[in-house]
Amino acid sequence: MSENHAPPDLTLKPLPNAALKSEKQGDVSFEITEAGNGDLRVAINDRMDHKTSAFLIKSLCPEIRRRSPKNLTLVLDHLTYFDDYGALVINELQQVLNQNKGAFKIDDPLRMTDNILSFVDLKDFERTGSSKPGDHWVEHIGQGALDYLKAIRTMVSFVGSVFLSFMHAAIHSKSLRFGDILVEMEKTGVNALPIVSLISFLLGLVMAFMSSLQLKQFGANIYVASLVALAMVSELGPIMTAIVVAGRSGSAFAAEIGTMKIYEEVDALSTMGFDPVLFLAVPRMIASMVVVPLLTIFSGVFGILGGLSVGVSMLDLTASSYLSQSLDILSLFEISWSLTKSIVFAAIISWVGCLRGFQAKGGADAVGNAATSAVVTSIFLIILSDSFFAILRSYLW
Amino acid sequence: MVGNPMAPEPIIRVTNFTARYGENIILKDISFEVSPGEVFIILGGSGCGKSTLLRHLIGLNRPFAGTIRVDGIDISSCGDNAFQDFLKNIGVLFQSSALIGAMTLGENIALPILEYTSLPQNAVDKMVRLKLHMVDLDGYENRLPSELSGGMKKRAGLARAIALNPKILFLDEPSAGLDPITSAEIDELVLHINRNMNTTIVIVTHDLDSIFRIGQRAIMLDKETRGIIAEGRPTDLKTNSSHPMVRKFFNSRPTAEPESFIPSSDHDI
Repeated sequence: MSENHAPPDLTLKPLPNAALKSEKQGDVSFEITEAGNGDLRVAINDRMDHKTSAFLIKSLCPEIRRRSPKNLTLVLDHLTYFDDYGALVINELQQVLNQNKGAFKIDDPLRMTDNILSFVDLKDFERTGSSKPGDHWVEHIGQGALDYLKAIRTMVSFVGSVFLSFMHAAIHSKSLRFGDILVEMEKTGVNALPIVSLISFLLGLVMAFMSSLQLKQFGANIYVASLVALAMVSELGPIMTAIVVAGRSGSAFAAEIGTMKIYEEVDALSTMGFDPVLFLAVPRMIASMVVVPLLTIFSGVFGILGGLSVGVSMLDLTASSYLSQSLDILSLFEISWSLTKSIVFAAIISWVGCLRGFQAKGGADAVGNAATSAVVTSIFLIILSDSFFAILRSYLW
Repeated sequence: MVGNPMAPEPIIRVTNFTARYGENIILKDISFEVSPGEVFIILGGSGCGKSTLLRHLIGLNRPFAGTIRVDGIDISSCGDNAFQDFLKNIGVLFQSSALIGAMTLGENIALPILEYTSLPQNAVDKMVRLKLHMVDLDGYENRLPSELSGGMKKRAGLARAIALNPKILFLDEPSAGLDPITSAEIDELVLHINRNMNTTIVIVTHDLDSIFRIGQRAIMLDKETRGIIAEGRPTDLKTNSSHPMVRKFFNSRPTAEPESFIPSSDHDI
């Protein structure tokens, strides 16, 4: 405790003063005493480390600022531990004194601070940090615009390199990795089948139920079948399948290629003479463009089955009348239109996924951003292109 | 028992320690001690279990058998609170530096300071700048780790490891992937920390230059015996060891000793 060891040079002072303030917390205690002529003595005992520095700064600095002494002596004769956090405390005290034009002295008979203060110059604390690049808002806007332009350029050039790689693969079919395509087909298609089927089934079920509430009033129960079949095959089937695949596989493409990019695996492929786009993007795109239409067919079938279950159980329709009504409404054009859309959606999903992967730069967060942006961009582009398909169809028909 | 009987109470004491992954026994029944303030080196060839041993010493893996006491805490069986205390006493520099990629260097170093102290923000900034100055990275606080070279990342990782002045600093292959000048600088830095902060240093390495430059005592692990095959001062190990593996390691000879695969220089040209 600080009371046990009064300042050793007490007898030299004309007036032995009682402590103005003394406090203890954890492994440290301090005592401020008056030394005459507006001078102060601050004794710090025990440990000056990272645990005690905050307490010392917060309690000593305001005290000294308030008293603004002409001279301040820091007495460290009962110190047991001192490191650069202690140096930080000394620096903070010094700063307060400088503001008040006071002089500063350290009384350290045990030479506890020597080691650290020879290693850590107190002036090092005063170094100013470098300013953040682009701190000004004008710079931010400019940088943002440049980044945006660059992103568009990469997108366009990636369309080009994908196209070239496809041409190359078409001419040199040996350079295509069929094993990879099969693996990707399994991951993107087969593994997605349960979730796509379930979602479509439920969607068909809900749609049949909701439309029956209206159609029942006119005794037009049988048109529930037409509505569900048409909606599932031409619109909702392709869209739902595409969104599920974008969430499952588009993000996976981006994360996988992004990680490969960060760990220089993409560079390794380049130096071995492989075209990374041909090696990584083309198999994924081909696989997606094959399996997504198949998934869309499943989606349509399960949607109709969902509607059928409502029709049979709640609307007094027979299974055969429901199915024949469904088949009547579906033309070959309807089905091929739906498959065409799903092929385009598949191309968008895999293209965006691979693009975002190749754009990844930096560390772990870049992979996360790539996956997120792959899903968001592909869903946006899917809906956008679906609108184009709708407009196109209104002109065709 | 190993270690000098005159030495003070060891800061790390490993007793009959066995590590295994699944069915694979990596290290079997090893014991050693590290004294406070020592620069202690764990060396050995690739795959001998050096990194496994380090992972156990810093508490990432729990031992299969045996005990590890660090600064009086038995980390193989202690509770969560004691383990938290243990973590506050150690700093680790990982082989890949393991800086958080989404944060700037300044934020990386401020992370432990903000967590374990209640210093005001400007004092934290000062401390961050001081730590960066210690590792000679002045003015880099707003850079992202991905913008730095390997040596700079290592030094920044070191600055983060010493942010709270730990009692023990663990370094995993600090010179891996660095040029000799940079790795000598890192060694110099480690020695500074050891002398001025009185930090105990435990280094896993197979860099011979570094071993002789800063190592005070070393143990050598071996893949075959899954244990310690030599212990002592690095210079003693080099000159006095009778173990063939130790001699080969210090003379950089392959175990199989092929008959001059690479033509020696006098055959050239």
